Amino acid sequence: MARMKFLCDAERCIECNGCVTACKQEHEIPWGVNRRRVVTINDGVPGERSISVACMHCSDAPCAAVCPVDCFYRTDDGVVLHDKDLCIGCGYCFYACPFGAPQFPQAGAFGVRGKMDKCTFCAGGPEANNSEAEFRKYGRNRLAEGKLPVCAEMCSTKALIGGDGDVLAEIYRQRVTTRGKGAEVWGWATAYGKPGASGAPGAPGMPAPAAPPAPPVGGAKS
Amino acid sequence: MTKKAIAIVAAALVAVALAGCGERPQVVNYKQGRYQGKPDQKAYDTAPWNGNQRDWELALANRNQSQNEYKRIR
Repeated sequence: MARMKFLCDAERCIECNGCVTACKQEHEIPWGVNRRRVVTINDGVPGERSISVACMHCSDAPCAAVCPVDCFYRTDDGVVLHDKDLCIGCGYCFYACPFGAPQFPQAGAFGVRGKMDKCTFCAGGPEANNSEAEFRKYGRNRLAEGKLPVCAEMCSTKALIGGDGDVLAEIYRQRVTTRGKGAEVWGWATAYGKPGASGAPGAPGMPAPAAPPAPPVGGAKS
Repeated sequence: MTKKAIAIVAAALVAVALAGCGERPQVVNYKQGRYQGKPDQKAYDTAPWNGNQRDWELALANRNQSQNEYKRIR
């Protein structure tokens, strides 16, 4: 099955914060918690860029690696989710995450931290699909309805796209080749190049793909 | 009277001592590195897919292409 991913095109993002608002509205997220945020670099100066950031659903998620109660799991579709019944709100995942995705609602007075909340790729959590309990704890399960994350689907400029990583890569490749800018960046051919296409490894003017390492001689164990 | 009191005290002691036998473990033993929470359903387990993974994947693939305006608009 697909490996679900987000992709944000900094050339298109206009910092409208529509994705943030849509996410909060869709899942009825409490005050103080932002599953998605728009980050702007070089704000106010020429060359300013914005990018929408949430949980990136890492293949080897550091939040899951540091969780002391092992409440994280990955679905078959590559979505990283967690069990709020098990979470103790320790905050280790927040320190481990390079994107600042884990959020902690204020559970009471004096800044008491509640259980961790983060982007679910609109896939709910470990409760019955589209049940009241699932909505209350994790938000709406749009994947079970055959829909993609609301932040990506409602993005007005389609800067933020979400879904199967292979499909997203193809959409982005087509977009960049159409607008004629962006394919010069380092690693483009590795990430988006197609065999035989211009810009792909081995194509005219491009380096050949690296040869696989030779097998070890003598059956040495690694 | 004394014997009766002793019997009552003895019975109470036995009841208190036996109460410990019904104690359930209060500490969760975590297996490091393995998910310890509740199992989750697959996205296509429930209606309208009812376990039909192929239909669900097809619906998502179609939906995915609606994000590609070069295909959507033409």
